[in-house]
Amino acid sequence: MKFHGYRRADGRAGIRNHVVVMPGVLCAAGVAQMIAERVKGSTYLYNPNGCAQNARDTKMTLDILSGMIANGNVYGALIVGLGCETLQKERYLAAIHQRTDKPVFHIYIQEEGGIEKTVAKGVRIASTLLAEAARCKREECDIAEIILGMECGGSDATSGLSSNIVLGYLSDRLVDLGATTVISETPEAIGAEQILARRGRTPEIGQKLYDTVKACEQLFFEAGEDIRKANPSPGNKAGGLTTLEEKSLGCIQKSGSRPFEAVYEYGEMIDKKGLVFLNTTAYDVASVAAKVAAGAQVIAFTTGRGTPVGNAIAPVIKITGNADTYARLADMLDFDTSASIKGTRTVAELGDELLNYLLRVCNGETVKAEQHKLSNMAINQLGSYC
Amino acid sequence: MLINAILISDTDTVVTVTRELSPGDEIIFMSKGKRAIVKARSSIPIYHKAAIKQINQGEAVLKYGEIIGHATTAILPGEHVHTHNLAT
Repeated sequence: MKFHGYRRADGRAGIRNHVVVMPGVLCAAGVAQMIAERVKGSTYLYNPNGCAQNARDTKMTLDILSGMIANGNVYGALIVGLGCETLQKERYLAAIHQRTDKPVFHIYIQEEGGIEKTVAKGVRIASTLLAEAARCKREECDIAEIILGMECGGSDATSGLSSNIVLGYLSDRLVDLGATTVISETPEAIGAEQILARRGRTPEIGQKLYDTVKACEQLFFEAGEDIRKANPSPGNKAGGLTTLEEKSLGCIQKSGSRPFEAVYEYGEMIDKKGLVFLNTTAYDVASVAAKVAAGAQVIAFTTGRGTPVGNAIAPVIKITGNADTYARLADMLDFDTSASIKGTRTVAELGDELLNYLLRVCNGETVKAEQHKLSNMAINQLGSYC
Repeated sequence: MLINAILISDTDTVVTVTRELSPGDEIIFMSKGKRAIVKARSSIPIYHKAAIKQINQGEAVLKYGEIIGHATTAILPGEHVHTHNLAT
């Protein structure tokens, strides 16, 4: 199965052709945004960090941002720094060049001589990048080059009953076609770790899945929270969920039924085909960002209650199994699986249609979040700002 | 009405109802491509579970083709399955 995408010099394939303008530190965000606004067609990537974090969180920030710039959907990038921040130009460029050889420029506000001079130089650089990017033409790529990130948020009873099941079917189809699919949101797998452990391609991968979920549960313990006692929540129970296993299974249905080929840590980039697991927070905005930083060019996001969440680099396809939500929130949802609840269409029929829609998105059709230019950005941090 | 309940995996021992049901109502779901019917023995709120098979005390309860817990008491086909008769 083929799609038409952008071939990058580093070998990756993209489905969008972004020229990214990103602040190297939050202090430079306004200036970077001015550049992005003046260069029509460029893409502003918000960065909430860049300074005053401990070494571990600084590395997380650097891994996520450089991974996002290395994503196949990006042609090149301009980073606008302040000058005195922790994450200096050399660290950004070294981290990005470890992942890709695409064009990346970096300027400092304190060196350029203030806001207007930085904006003027930034506009020149971003405009040049945009002109170069415009010369890239879509060419035939195999679906096996796609990495689909699978996410859920704003879930309701229809998520585990319909949309996550249809997405699981899509995941199986993509894996069988040679592509890569990735689930994350580790806290949501607590209670299903033994089931995940059985789904590893090898006993070692299964053990790593188990250990990853257990370590996550331990982090919650240390923060004073017992996930097993708190879940299912009273609201979950009123909605029909009885046990934690049942709740977690509803979430991991998105991963379909194929074996897991690898487990990646937060900030790592995916280098294997097939179904993989990425260790992330359950906060959907940060989890989506981590999957994009891991290389996912497109996100499939199931939601029962509806959410407008988007991402600057990757289209986020919104899928709901709730017919009422689909009708009421029509301008933020892309695909309706509620026919599987009504019994008018099978999971397989809906999953095949979703695959066709995914191909259209890979070929350039924009999703609702893109049409509204919505992009959200969060990076996980284990400590607070120091 | 086509169906009012969903059997997610063919090996499951419970279905999830997609509308509120009263005792005596038919629970209608698709199983292996065919419509199947079990009579509701109790009221079942929307999106709650109903047994489609006899489940003995201590026996595993299956949904998504996996064990979601064990029956704390014997459960008859058509009975509401929730915290009163199912636990981890």
